[in-house]
Amino acid sequence: MAKLKVALYWAASCGGCEIATLAIGEKILKLADAADIVFWPVAIDAKYGDVEKLPDKSIDACLFNGAIRNTENEHMAKLLRQKSKILIAYGSCAVEGCIPGLANFYNAGLIMENTYRDTASTDNPSGIMPQPKTTVPEGELELPELYDTVKTLAQTVEVDYFVPGCPPEEKTTWLALESLITGNLPPKGSTIVHRSSAVCNDCPRIKHEKKIKAFHRVYEIIPEPDICLLEQGLLCCGIGTRGGCGAPCPQANMPCTGCYGPVEGVRDQGSHLLSAWASIIDSNDPEEINKILDGIIDPAGTAFRYSLPDSMVNRARIQKP
Amino acid sequence: MRKIVIDPITRLEGHGKITIFLNDDGSVGNAYLQIPELRGFEKFCEGRPVEDMPQITQRICGVCPEAHHMAATKALDDMFQIEPTSTAKKIRELLYSAFFVTDHTTHFYILAGADFVMGPNAPVAQRNILGVIAKVGLELGGRVINTRKENYWIIQAVGGRQIHPVFGLPGGVSKRITEEDRKQIEEIARRNVEFARLSLKLFDDIVLKNKAYVDMILSDAFTHRTYYMGLVDENNRVNFYDGKVRVVDPDGKEFVKYSPHEYLDNIAEHVEPWSYTKFPFLKKVGWKGFVDGKDSGVYRATPLSRLNAADGMATPLAEEEYQKMFSTLGGRPVHYTLATHWARLIELMYAAERLLELATDREITGPNIRNIPSKKPSEGVGIVEAPRGTLTHHYVADEKGRIQKCNLIVGTTNNQAALLMSVKKAAQELIKPGKEISESLLNEIEMAWRPYDPCMSCSTHNLPGTMPLEVIVYDSKGFIIKKLSR
Repeated sequence: MAKLKVALYWAASCGGCEIATLAIGEKILKLADAADIVFWPVAIDAKYGDVEKLPDKSIDACLFNGAIRNTENEHMAKLLRQKSKILIAYGSCAVEGCIPGLANFYNAGLIMENTYRDTASTDNPSGIMPQPKTTVPEGELELPELYDTVKTLAQTVEVDYFVPGCPPEEKTTWLALESLITGNLPPKGSTIVHRSSAVCNDCPRIKHEKKIKAFHRVYEIIPEPDICLLEQGLLCCGIGTRGGCGAPCPQANMPCTGCYGPVEGVRDQGSHLLSAWASIIDSNDPEEINKILDGIIDPAGTAFRYSLPDSMVNRARIQKP
Repeated sequence: MRKIVIDPITRLEGHGKITIFLNDDGSVGNAYLQIPELRGFEKFCEGRPVEDMPQITQRICGVCPEAHHMAATKALDDMFQIEPTSTAKKIRELLYSAFFVTDHTTHFYILAGADFVMGPNAPVAQRNILGVIAKVGLELGGRVINTRKENYWIIQAVGGRQIHPVFGLPGGVSKRITEEDRKQIEEIARRNVEFARLSLKLFDDIVLKNKAYVDMILSDAFTHRTYYMGLVDENNRVNFYDGKVRVVDPDGKEFVKYSPHEYLDNIAEHVEPWSYTKFPFLKKVGWKGFVDGKDSGVYRATPLSRLNAADGMATPLAEEEYQKMFSTLGGRPVHYTLATHWARLIELMYAAERLLELATDREITGPNIRNIPSKKPSEGVGIVEAPRGTLTHHYVADEKGRIQKCNLIVGTTNNQAALLMSVKKAAQELIKPGKEISESLLNEIEMAWRPYDPCMSCSTHNLPGTMPLEVIVYDSKGFIIKKLSR
């Protein structure tokens, strides 16, 4: 059998997905047996120009991590789509926008204003801002323009498969790679992960009927070691987040923050989580309910922590600075 | 005027880009290092619950998330005015030491090793980790891979996750260390010390015993006289997790020693219109442009800077190596940028020894891992040493305990001015009128900035010793006259 041709690329991301790809350890040798990596700016030497020269659909599969937030990201997404038979959104940034997607609560102007003028240590008496074109004594320098809105890969080009996680856990990464190597792929559009239901099904904590009189912040209480964190009033996202990760966070006594995205069949993780949390409030008194809800101090930023760009909300209304 | 563009070199919130302008006679007029991307963490942290900062800010960088996690957690301690328990502090520092072992190992062997182990003139095809393993032998090569794997295991066991750990809380940590895990950590720590010893020996055999390398370390092309910054303990010894920030001047004299709350009196950030990065400088000296010397506020925050800014190391084997380095290189401070690689290995030894001390500390498996804050969060500053420089997180909370203001001075950002200066100097040394621009231009420019281990998302994510570099030379009419790439 001919070896697969695989490409890996990052757009706007933190590099954690690159480290996660390496975390498969010695299995990387199995990958090397089955596939030739034709493009991976992190690890091998190939240029954008080399990709441009490839015939269309000559890459068998491309794992694309990172969100889309400037012209270069968008250009590479389109180019790799054109050259690849299978395009995989790998990791939360590409799948749903992830934490950098929280920038959609603001916009490019507000972000620039804060970064270059308002932050405490900035010393900028003449109010200089980075510019798309700057004339320096020796010539001209260019910078890409920052988009107002962070986009997911699927909001930019057609995506064949999704691999969730910030970053994907080792076993999730290997499941995706193994599916590619064996050709045993699910229907197009699927999320490749071990579980379609919630993190709760991975979590060894004991669960009862959930009834909450107050939400606590993680620093306020020491949770019981074996009981569901949400039952103890900690805002755990596990109930509305796809499992398959093995629930490492609740096992470290910290609530799930939702990085594996929505459970199968749910379009919008954030609104699903908000309704799940609301449904466990143990009161019928509107005043008491409001008081309990006040315990959720950043509902949008917590429920949409990883999914704001992909959500129905998508972004906050653009205010000019 | 001709223009050379190197794009992309690596990442700092995106790809870095070098543009070199040549005079009409072919000599270097100026050089710019641009950072073409901004994600805006300081802005979108506003409105988030303060306690989520350790997990949010670590998404700045998936290579050194532990550094952001730790700086944020310490800023939370400060905001809530809550002292972590003694066991919790030790658990945090234990994880942090394991993290330094993995990070410094990755940098020395996988990123920088190729420069020294293979030699700067080795064929490009060999200048990568595979070439390094072929030269140092499979045995040591295997140890490199195993060291990374084992220390990542520690991070997972102690911090909850291998990448983006979750254990940091104001006043403590979320998870105890079991005796079973402690035993395993101790074994790994012993192997780390041995690995650090072998690495220093390798550096001695391959680099220090080779006059050509030593001459290169001592050469003017790779020298800048700047201020140096690093965190020190109460005895002015290097510390990664806690202490005061000490700055020494280019003569090695203490310029200032400040506690986290005083950082704004000491550090300011300059803005240029041609880059998305800011350029931190010493406020009391002032921004004088991209120049070195005592009158310029440019400082460096690297492994070498930390050793320069301290009076010694807190563990015995690292201290021995510290003394050896400074006596070999003519005393403190050392201005030779390439000596940063040596300093990094001395820090690897310190991290390994410190991990072993903590793994054998009776308190480390103790049950008392959290103090519960009683005050409301207000304002806090947390400072740690990230592998690539002093990392400062500063938050102000609103009345509900959400972030109102956030200011971050990140590892590599400290070094942005010095990085540009180093690139320019190497270019000036290499590109001369009438001299052919050759492949070695790429190597030397890489070598000029690699000691900083510039994390362009906070570290280079490039695994082998080669970066995807492209140099395009334009003539004064804008036509491409030469293209080099690899």
